Amino acid sequence: MNNFKNGFIKENPVFCLFLGMCSSLALSTSLNNALGMGICVTLVLIFSNAIISAIRKITPDEIRIPVYIVIIATLVSVVELLVHAYLPALFDALGAFLSLIVVNCIILGRAEAFAKKNPILPSIIDGLGMGLGYTFALVVMSCIREFLTTAWVSLYNPFDMSQLIFRIGIPQLSDYTISLFGTSVGAFFTFACLAALFAFINSKEKKEAKK
Amino acid sequence: MKLLSMAIAAVLINNIVLAKFLGVCPFLGVSKNSKSAIGMGLAVIFVIFSASMLTYGVQYLILKPLGIEYMQLISFILIIAAFVQFVEMFMKKNMPGLYASLGVYLPLITTNCTVLYVAQDNISKGYNLIETIVNSIATPLGFLVVMYLFSCIRERLDYATTPKPFKGNPIGLIVAGLMALAFAGLAGIA
Repeated sequence: MNNFKNGFIKENPVFCLFLGMCSSLALSTSLNNALGMGICVTLVLIFSNAIISAIRKITPDEIRIPVYIVIIATLVSVVELLVHAYLPALFDALGAFLSLIVVNCIILGRAEAFAKKNPILPSIIDGLGMGLGYTFALVVMSCIREFLTTAWVSLYNPFDMSQLIFRIGIPQLSDYTISLFGTSVGAFFTFACLAALFAFINSKEKKEAKK
Repeated sequence: MKLLSMAIAAVLINNIVLAKFLGVCPFLGVSKNSKSAIGMGLAVIFVIFSASMLTYGVQYLILKPLGIEYMQLISFILIIAAFVQFVEMFMKKNMPGLYASLGVYLPLITTNCTVLYVAQDNISKGYNLIETIVNSIATPLGFLVVMYLFSCIRERLDYATTPKPFKGNPIGLIVAGLMALAFAGLAGIA
């Protein structure tokens, strides 16, 4: 349970450990993309952690990295083909970043740091926690950016992009939107402010723990 | 002329770090001083160019004739990982001087998403051999340029007074954002 909770704030893979930054900067333009990418990464992370932990006793130490990379690349290919077949709109939106999950440092990082020395069940939970932590980071960033660029935050049905699931916002503000936040500039600024906020929260907790 | 505008676009306008958000990890990690930034940039140019040539060959000589394009991702990442490992061993043995200056950055490049991205980009955009060569030199050149500029700013940033939570990476990201803003202005060249 503790592993699971750590992934959100204290050891949030994105804001505190600075892993998987490329995709979180690029795909946080809308809530739909953020959720879609988050779920894909979480799925790959759970399965890769489970498989790597299952074969941890028979993997020779010297060639473990190539073995992990083959496992991860296979899982990513599977996810990519599934998304391409069933969620074409999401596939177009994620673009190259879907196959770049392979080189997302979160996945190889968790394999090295956790799955290679722990049994299957804790590894799955760790994968789920870290994956949700990543999803959480993407969702927070995308909500801020989508709201600042359009004054709305909306979620569409990924199977049918014309179907709106929910939509909240402040229509009075729609004349005062900052379109800059939809571009790369806004991505860097949002990320920097959130990372500083997380550093602030963590340093405060540490101070309280010392007292 | 077309090739020239393609190269300028890849270096300045569609800059790989500031516009496409790739290679942000080494961008923040290895930019503490300008010397190591240049070393990393040169190593990246070399690896991306060679890896792109290799993957281009594999795609059109092996994967396509056999009709197994869905193996692209797996074969590309293995080629890149093996190639980087091989270059590292070769340099260590035969060019110790070059290894001492570039070698430390090599293992980091395997996890650099730019290499895989450029290899896939060449294929998905349907570039021919000459366009592939131009693209796979110009794109990492953009990385080198931005990396060098950023490291110079960062060296001075160490002496600035920043609010405590912003110290380190957050203020670096703010600087990157401002650089992205400046580079967005170059879009007019195209």
